[in-house]
Amino acid sequence: MSEITLVEAVNLALARAMSEDKDVLLLGEDIGVNGGVFRATNGLQARFGRERVIDTPLAEGGIAGVAVGMAAMGLKPVAEIQFSGFIYPAIDQIINHASRMRNRTRGRLTCPMVLRSPCGAGIHAPEHHSESPEAMFAHMPGLRVVAPSSPARAYGLLLASVRDPDPVIFLEPTRLYRLFRQEVEDDGVELPLDACFILREGADATVVTWGAMVPETLAAAEKLEEEGVMIEVIDVATLKPLDVETILRSVEKTGRCVIVHEAPRTAGFGAEVAAEIAERALYSLLAPIKRVTGYDVVVPLAKLEKQYIPSVDRIIDGVRQVMEAS
Amino acid sequence: MGNIEMGFDLHMDLVQLLSPSGEISKAASKSAKDIERLVRFYRAMTRTRIFDNKAISLQRTGQLGTFASALGQEAIGVGAAAAMEERDVLVPSYRDHAAQFYRGMAMSECLLYWGGDERGSDFKNARSDFPNCVPVATQAPQAVGAAYALMARKEDRVVVTFIGDGGTSNGAFYEALNMAGVWKTPVVFIINNNGWAISTPRELESAAETLAQKAVAAGIEGRQVDGNDVIAVHEVVRRAIDKARSGGGPTLIEALTYRLGDHTTADDASRYRDPEVVRAQWTREPIARLRAYLVSEGAWSKEQEAELHKECAEEVDREVAAYLNASPLNCDAMFEHLYAKLPDTLQWQREEARRFAQRSANGNGNGHV
Ligand SMILES: Cc1ncc(C[n+]2csc(CCOP(=O)(O)OP(=O)(O)O)c2C)c(N)n1
Ligand SMILES: [Mg+2]
Repeated sequence: MSEITLVEAVNLALARAMSEDKDVLLLGEDIGVNGGVFRATNGLQARFGRERVIDTPLAEGGIAGVAVGMAAMGLKPVAEIQFSGFIYPAIDQIINHASRMRNRTRGRLTCPMVLRSPCGAGIHAPEHHSESPEAMFAHMPGLRVVAPSSPARAYGLLLASVRDPDPVIFLEPTRLYRLFRQEVEDDGVELPLDACFILREGADATVVTWGAMVPETLAAAEKLEEEGVMIEVIDVATLKPLDVETILRSVEKTGRCVIVHEAPRTAGFGAEVAAEIAERALYSLLAPIKRVTGYDVVVPLAKLEKQYIPSVDRIIDGVRQVMEAS
Repeated sequence: MGNIEMGFDLHMDLVQLLSPSGEISKAASKSAKDIERLVRFYRAMTRTRIFDNKAISLQRTGQLGTFASALGQEAIGVGAAAAMEERDVLVPSYRDHAAQFYRGMAMSECLLYWGGDERGSDFKNARSDFPNCVPVATQAPQAVGAAYALMARKEDRVVVTFIGDGGTSNGAFYEALNMAGVWKTPVVFIINNNGWAISTPRELESAAETLAQKAVAAGIEGRQVDGNDVIAVHEVVRRAIDKARSGGGPTLIEALTYRLGDHTTADDASRYRDPEVVRAQWTREPIARLRAYLVSEGAWSKEQEAELHKECAEEVDREVAAYLNASPLNCDAMFEHLYAKLPDTLQWQREEARRFAQRSANGNGNGHV
């Protein structure tokens, strides 16, 4: 066992998946010789060959469409979209085909593919490199949407995604790619794709988050503990299908809930979490649900990105608001 | 490959008027050899290169974000921009500051953009030019639409748009060519074929012998030009612009060049290409080539060279200072230009942004872990 970063864990899971299943192949821009712009596929072309690690022409719609065709014919493609800001032409293939191939053919043809893409702000990247599009995918029936927040979860969730018989959108927060290391054993053990993870227990308030905002939320939890406020931190991890039960159980215990995400607020995935709680645990609530999110603005260029991403302070403030209410 | 029915030659001849060693072709017209103009081109290319050097060093010292240099590709931007009228419209990619500078974009604007500040796209000059376009190829259909608008409004203006070799693999590029062909819009597409799309070499992008021949399927004229020969680029683009202006419709021009630098400052090209190949390409680069010609014509001296470098360095220093001293952005900027008028429902979000910006300014920890 060794300590690895999140991006190294992605690499490890891909290598594992490829060595255990000959039908798994990778495709994307600059993923071969260059190992991907973030090095997520570093060394994999040298190891598995150019036929299984394909440097594609620059065409996201094409990449997604090719992956659909490959998947329907028995391969298990893992396609990389270099940045999620360039994922939009691929959405046509995902929503019109990948997500409904099984349904359209009554199970005759299926689409076991993974679309991986880095996402989120905070790394001083150029324009269109800092998007958080998870809610768009979560809105599409027939998909799974996964957002890892640690090396170990990236490894286990990606393995499960590749092995899953249906299409999975796997959104990797660039801010966490090299933020910290963690021991990850390359044991081929996957993590469930239908479960939230309770990262920290607490009785006072539930904070639900995922992906890039997990470290900020954990930092807020530590500061709040100094004030004597114990929050329960839930990493959603798989946004779709959503493990509502884990969230409800927590909210029933704490009676208070804050939802934190980086994407803009309106119609963000936080709205879905809030709606589930409102429908099914309203009477357990001691205070209105609070969302701490990116503003409803175009994610700004580097100079203002810190002002955009929900800060530890904003999360703490959100928790204080639900603590003070009632 | 031979002629096809439409009268296009699939095997387009590469237009070159100035050889890599600086000899002028007999085919060069008198006006193409206009020394005053060539000196202007030389100065503009040099100015861009000196800027690029500075921008890279700013990035390396943490004073600029990721930056895409035009090293070795200066002739395409300068030759094309010089063929445009001020009133024409440039729809750029993200590596086209050679053209943008020629059209009056301030270096400080370019730095603001790559420094992570939207004000860099609010050009003081060439105010109808489009901003940089990062999502590759998305600019191509926009260029067709812009040209359609100019045509519909009977304005005597044309559109020039750039795209990379990698960009020509993208569906949006084909759609744009096709629409331009159908509607005969006054647009000139210029492919900056620098051999690479980050680490992906030209031959992995397309099995087509040339990228210019992609014009054929769209029913428009395609040309191939030596993109390191500013004289040829200028000639070929000028003719395409004249044609567009007089109602003759679009042209696709493939300009062959080479990316002498990394893709951007975030890239390390030594991972995927042989430095020997790059070294060999330095013998073809556009600035030394034009200098050799100007010197052979007695039109350029060591003293002028030194003077030009001094002038450019001074300009770059002034512009860097303007960039570094730009007034600080505050969080209101995120909301300011989102809509013509900020909806009332967003006012509270701006208040919240202000409240937390204040805290971090007071050192109260905007703690990003
Ligand atoms: C649609 C899209 N996909 C991917 C990227 C990431 N990316 C930025 S530049 C680039 C390569 C572009 O190559 P080319 O078109 O040849 O232009 P060059 O950079 O060589 O000027 C890629 C893949 C992007 N910006 N847009
Ligand atoms: Mg290129």
